[in-house]
Amino acid sequence: MDVVVEVENVSKAFDSNVVLEDLSLKIEEGENVTIFGRSGTGKSVLLKCIVGLLEPDIGDIKFYGHSVLNKPINELNEMRKEIGFLFQSAALYDSMTVRENLEFPLRRIFNFSDEEINQKVVTVLEQVGLEKAIDEMPASLSGGMKKRIGLARTIITKPKLILYDEPTTGLDPITTKEISLLITTLQKELKTTSIVVTHDILCARIVSDRAVVLKDGKLRFEGEIENLLKSDDIFLRNFFSDQIIEENRSNNG
Amino acid sequence: MNLLKKKPEEYLNESFISFFQTIAGLTMFSLRFFKEVFIPPYEFGEIKKHMEELGIKTMPIVSVTGIIIGLVLAMQSQPVLARFGAESFLPTMVSLSVIRELGPVLTALIFAGRVSSGIGAELGSMRVTEQIDAMEVSAINPYKYLVVSRILACTLILPILTLYVNLLALIGAYFAILLSDGMNWQLYIDSVFKSLEFADLIPGILKTFFFGFIVGSVGSYKGYNTTSGTVGVGRASTSAVVLSSLLILLVDMILVKVTVWLWT
Repeated sequence: MDVVVEVENVSKAFDSNVVLEDLSLKIEEGENVTIFGRSGTGKSVLLKCIVGLLEPDIGDIKFYGHSVLNKPINELNEMRKEIGFLFQSAALYDSMTVRENLEFPLRRIFNFSDEEINQKVVTVLEQVGLEKAIDEMPASLSGGMKKRIGLARTIITKPKLILYDEPTTGLDPITTKEISLLITTLQKELKTTSIVVTHDILCARIVSDRAVVLKDGKLRFEGEIENLLKSDDIFLRNFFSDQIIEENRSNNG
Repeated sequence: MNLLKKKPEEYLNESFISFFQTIAGLTMFSLRFFKEVFIPPYEFGEIKKHMEELGIKTMPIVSVTGIIIGLVLAMQSQPVLARFGAESFLPTMVSLSVIRELGPVLTALIFAGRVSSGIGAELGSMRVTEQIDAMEVSAINPYKYLVVSRILACTLILPILTLYVNLLALIGAYFAILLSDGMNWQLYIDSVFKSLEFADLIPGILKTFFFGFIVGSVGSYKGYNTTSGTVGVGRASTSAVVLSSLLILLVDMILVKVTVWLWT
């Protein structure tokens, strides 16, 4: 299997605040990996480093074997065409309708005809179950709908790798489950590799095969989610205990 | 609280450094405009959209400003000129003041207050809600799409607004003269056009291209580099107005000197 993302001894600090420290990680093609960690532990920073929005202070990040660091902007943009990024807030362009949001990357970076663009927009909206929202403005959508449209905009360019930055934060448990199932369905349909940053064990159980836990910018655990939940590590037990109780409570009705 | 803890000289020192850091950052940001503006794709649709929006947004306030400038200037100057028996020079004095200086500078300051803050807030909120990052990760150049089009729109629309304000100011001045002296329109217009030369009109309009560029680039710079969430958006919006107004006055001073040097 090809290695899609390779993080090699990456460190990143903002002034005196070290958020990533000597972190190494490999993600293979077709894998769905969840990254856990407390707030401020560098999870989102890692995603932004992978896509070239931030540069690590030390170390290297490779996408399909090519370093993403110090690349000319044209080459970086070619690489970014293969990567989708779902932001925590969905980051929909609030001056554009849903249709315009979805058309925007297609019109700007690909040479599709109007007919092809329209077809793609209709198809992704069907995939996320929001065909009727096509002419809505983002301000009139609920949090869950925004996430779905954000997801539609992420997959419309058919990326090989999708990065999810807390895709279920701020959503109720039912919507969380719906979004997580939608992510899994799309992963299977599009055969993508994905990295999901989340605090949500329910979401992680649905969408991922492997879990990574960061503590103080360092790798604390790497392995299957079920092993993670059975771990004797005190930090991990404390980190997940409340969520497991909450999950059990919601499962029991 | 932090301000109170600092000694005045420390506070002054930090403000001084921060001001020059801002100017350096703004210079680099503006220089990027000249690099990006010539590279396709050209955002004609966005430029047209922003020009229309900015024109419509500022039209009511600059209209009122234009008429009031003319009225007040004529009302203030009339008694002074009357004291020297030079009332007949009133149309000349008003037109020269408006076209050379007051029209361009006041329009630019009003435009800065209305537009620079708007651009700062708009781009600032796009920055804090990660919309600019979303463009970047989609392989779209956000500077080109968001900044170049706004700077160009401001640079092109401000001269048009200034011509409009100049015209309204001359009309406002005529009303003040009409009410006090009963001068007829034809005589007023003749006096105005006899007194105006190429050297009065062109520099006044040319400098508004610089002012428009300042308003667009300062607003965009402050918004594009917003940090600290919604508080940062408010800060970007306010500081965009302050900095662009200050730069308009400074650049005006330099351009007046250059104009005098070139045309006399």
